[in-house]
Amino acid sequence: MTTEYGSRAGAAARTATVSRWLPFSCVDGPGNRLVLFLQGCNFRCPGCHNPHTIGMCDHCGDCVPACPSGALTLVEGRVRWQAALCTDCDRCIDDCPRQASPKTSQMSVAEVLALLRRYGPLLTGITVSGGEATTQLPFVIALFTAIKAAPDLAHLSCLLDSNGSLAATGWQRLLPVLDGAMLDLKGWRDSVHHTLTGHGRERVLASLQLLASHGKLAELRLLHVPGRSDFLDADGKLEAGLASFLQSLGPVPIRLNGFRHHGVRGVATSWQEADREALTRLAAALSARGLGPVSLPAIC
Amino acid sequence: MSFTETCQRIVRDHHLSAAQKSHALALAAENALPYPELPPAVAEARVQGFLCDMFEGHAPYKPRYVLPDYEKFLSQGSAWLELAPPKDFDEALDALRILYHHVPSVTGMPVWLGRLDHLLLPFVRDLDDETLHRKLKGFWIYLDRVLPDAFMHVNIGPDDNRLCRLILRIDGELKQVAPNLTLFHNPAQTPDSLLMLAVQNIASCSKPHIANYPIHSNTFDQRGFGIVSCYNALPQAGGANTLVRISLKRVAEQAQGIDDFLGCLLPHYCRLASQLIEARAAFLHQESGFFDSFLVKEGLLDEDRFVPMFGIYGMAEAVNILMDKENLPDRYGHDEEANQLGYRISAQLSRHVTETSQVHAWGGRALLHSQGGLSVDRGVTPGVRIPYGQEPDPASHVLALAPHHGFYHSGISEILTLDPTIRQNPQALLQLCKGALAIGMREFTANVADSDLVRVTGYMIRKSDVARFATEGSRLQTTCLGAEASELTGIRQRAPRVVGREATLCDY
Repeated sequence: MTTEYGSRAGAAARTATVSRWLPFSCVDGPGNRLVLFLQGCNFRCPGCHNPHTIGMCDHCGDCVPACPSGALTLVEGRVRWQAALCTDCDRCIDDCPRQASPKTSQMSVAEVLALLRRYGPLLTGITVSGGEATTQLPFVIALFTAIKAAPDLAHLSCLLDSNGSLAATGWQRLLPVLDGAMLDLKGWRDSVHHTLTGHGRERVLASLQLLASHGKLAELRLLHVPGRSDFLDADGKLEAGLASFLQSLGPVPIRLNGFRHHGVRGVATSWQEADREALTRLAAALSARGLGPVSLPAIC
Repeated sequence: MSFTETCQRIVRDHHLSAAQKSHALALAAENALPYPELPPAVAEARVQGFLCDMFEGHAPYKPRYVLPDYEKFLSQGSAWLELAPPKDFDEALDALRILYHHVPSVTGMPVWLGRLDHLLLPFVRDLDDETLHRKLKGFWIYLDRVLPDAFMHVNIGPDDNRLCRLILRIDGELKQVAPNLTLFHNPAQTPDSLLMLAVQNIASCSKPHIANYPIHSNTFDQRGFGIVSCYNALPQAGGANTLVRISLKRVAEQAQGIDDFLGCLLPHYCRLASQLIEARAAFLHQESGFFDSFLVKEGLLDEDRFVPMFGIYGMAEAVNILMDKENLPDRYGHDEEANQLGYRISAQLSRHVTETSQVHAWGGRALLHSQGGLSVDRGVTPGVRIPYGQEPDPASHVLALAPHHGFYHSGISEILTLDPTIRQNPQALLQLCKGALAIGMREFTANVADSDLVRVTGYMIRKSDVARFATEGSRLQTTCLGAEASELTGIRQRAPRVVGREATLCDY
C-alpha cells in the first residue's frame, strides 16, 4: 500500500518527539485511553500547566551542567538523557531558555502500535495530546491510519487533544482517520484570546466549526481564569456573541477547566486560581442557553 | 500469657461487646487444648512462621467456610428447624434469616449468604419493584445489624434480573459494611448496562467485587460454587474445611538463591503445609462430630464437598528477596524478569497442590489460594499482590498480575486503587473490568482513592510539582489525610458492632 506518506513500512517507521506516554488515563476522553503527549506547542499560553512541553530542544547544552545526577550529557552536539540516572528534579527545565525538556524520546508508529497491542484489552482508545499534537501532524495521521488498518486494533477510538490552531487543509487530511477531537477555547474576544494564548482566535473558531460540521468535535473545553476570562458578560450571563457561536456548533459536550497554579511557571503564578463557585456559575450560564452537557473538573 | 491471664484480659476489654468476648473466650479455651498431633518438622515450621494456620484454633470443630445449599433449604424447609417450605417472598426472607443463624464458620457467623437473586426470584411473583425494594432494604439492614461481619458475602448475577438490580441499588444506597457483595460476570449473559450499575457502585462504595463466572464455573462442577469472605471460591453445598498458608517471604529469606528456593526449600515447605492441612482436616472430619449436623443430614451440606485451601502470601517480598540474592535489579510488579519469576513460583505451587492428594478434599486435592492477609501481617504483602504504594498504573497492574490468576482455583484478588477522576468516567472502570476479566483475572476489585493529587484533563503532573505541592500544600495533605482518617474513624466507630471477624481472631 502506498499513501502520501510512502509505503506502509515507511509509515510505521515515522517517529514523533514524545514528552511522555501513559498506558491508562480516564481523563483524556471517554473510557480508558492510552495517551501520547507530543512535545512542542505553537501557542504561548502564560497559564500553561505543562510549560516544559512547549519548546523543542535545540541541543544548546545549557541544561547539561545544571543536572545534579549526571543524567544529561552532550554527545556529538546533541543532548543525551539517561532515564535511569534521572531523579526528575527538573533543574534542566528550570535552566532551559526555550521551555523545552531534554527528557523526550523518539517513538515510532510501530512502537506505539506495540504498546496498544500490549494494553489493548484494557483500552477504549488512544488520545494524542501535547504540547500541541498537530505540530507533528504527519505522525498523527500515520499512526491513526495504521490503527484503522489493523484488524486487532480497529476497535480503538482515535482522539486528538488540540488547541485548534490547525488550518483547514490539515484537518481535511486528518479527518478520515480521526474519531473525534477535543479542543480548547481559552478566551472569547480576540484580544482576550491573544492575552491567554499568544494567538488570535480565528483559527480556533474555524477549527471548531469545521470539526462540528463533520460531527467530530468530541468535546469543547473552556478555561476559566478569574479576572481575565470573558465568557460571561457584566450581568453574569453568557456573552451574547459566544452564545450564538456555540449554538451554531450544535450539541457539543462542554468541559470547564479552572485555572490552577499547578505546574505553571512565570507571570501566571501570580494569577488568581479559579474556585468551584465560579465554574458552577459558568456552567449554569451555559446550561441556561441550552448548551452542553457541561461537566466540571473532578477536582477543583 | 497463661490461659487465665488471657481470659482475664478478654473479659476486661472495654472495646469488645459481650458477644465478641464470648467468641474470644471460646477461642482461648480452644487454644488451651493440645494441637492436633503434627510431625515435628511441621510443628517447627509453624512455630518459625513459615506456615500459618490463620489462627483458626487448635481443635477445628467447625469448617472454615460453609456454603449451604440454600436453594434446597428453600424448597424443602427444615425438619430440624421445624420450618415448612416458604410460600412467598416474606416467608423466604424469614426462612433465610433463621437459617443464617445456624450456619457456622471460622468467625462464628455465616460467611456466605447464597446467590440471593436466584434464591429469591421464584418468590417474586407479582410483587412490584417498590415493594421488593422496601422488603430487601429491610433485609439488608437486618443483615448488617444482626450479623455484623464484613466477611459475610452475598453473590448475585451473572444474568440480568430485577433482584440483581435491586440489590445493587440498595447496596449503593445504604453503603453498609455488611454484607459484602460479588457480582458474577459472564460476557455471554451480563449486559454492560448491569455491569455499569455495579461499576457506579464501586466508584461510590468500593462494592461489589466482580467475579469471572466462566472461569470459576469451569473450576467447579454442576452443583456450583460461591464466592465467600475475602474472595474465596468454593464448592456449593460444601466449603473449606481449613486454610493453611505459607509465607513465601520467610521461605525466600532462607534460600541461597532462586534455584535453592524453587528446587529445595519451596517443595519442602509445600510438603509440610500439606501435612498441616491433613492433620487439621482429619480432626474436623474424624473427631469433631461437625458432620452429624442437621445441615448435613438434611442435604444442605455434603461432607465430600469440603476442600482444604492451600494459601500463600508474601509473593512480592519473596520475589524481591530472591532478585536481591541474585544481584538482579528487577522489582516485582514492575519488571518483566521479576514478574516471570513470580509466575514460575505460582506454577510450581500449583503443581504441588494438584499432585498432592488429600483425604478430606472435594476432588481429592487442596485448592491453591492467594491469601488476602491478616491484620497481624507486617512488612509482608497479601497473596501475590504488589505492595501497597508501589503499584504501577492500573493497566500495568492488571497485566502484571493476570498471569497468576489461572493457578489460584480457590481465589485470588488484587485491589486496584483508582484516581477519583474515574468517577466522572465510569466507562473507563467498565472497560478496565471487562478487559481484566477477558485476559483471565478471576476477580476484579477496585477502590477509588480519596487522594487529592491527581491528573486532570490537560495537566501532566510531574514528580517535582508533586513534591513542591507537598511542601507548600499542607492544606491538601491534611485534606487527604483527613479524608482517610475519617474513613478509618468511621470503621473504628463501627468496630464494636460491625467488624471483619476474621481479623479479630488473631488478636488474642
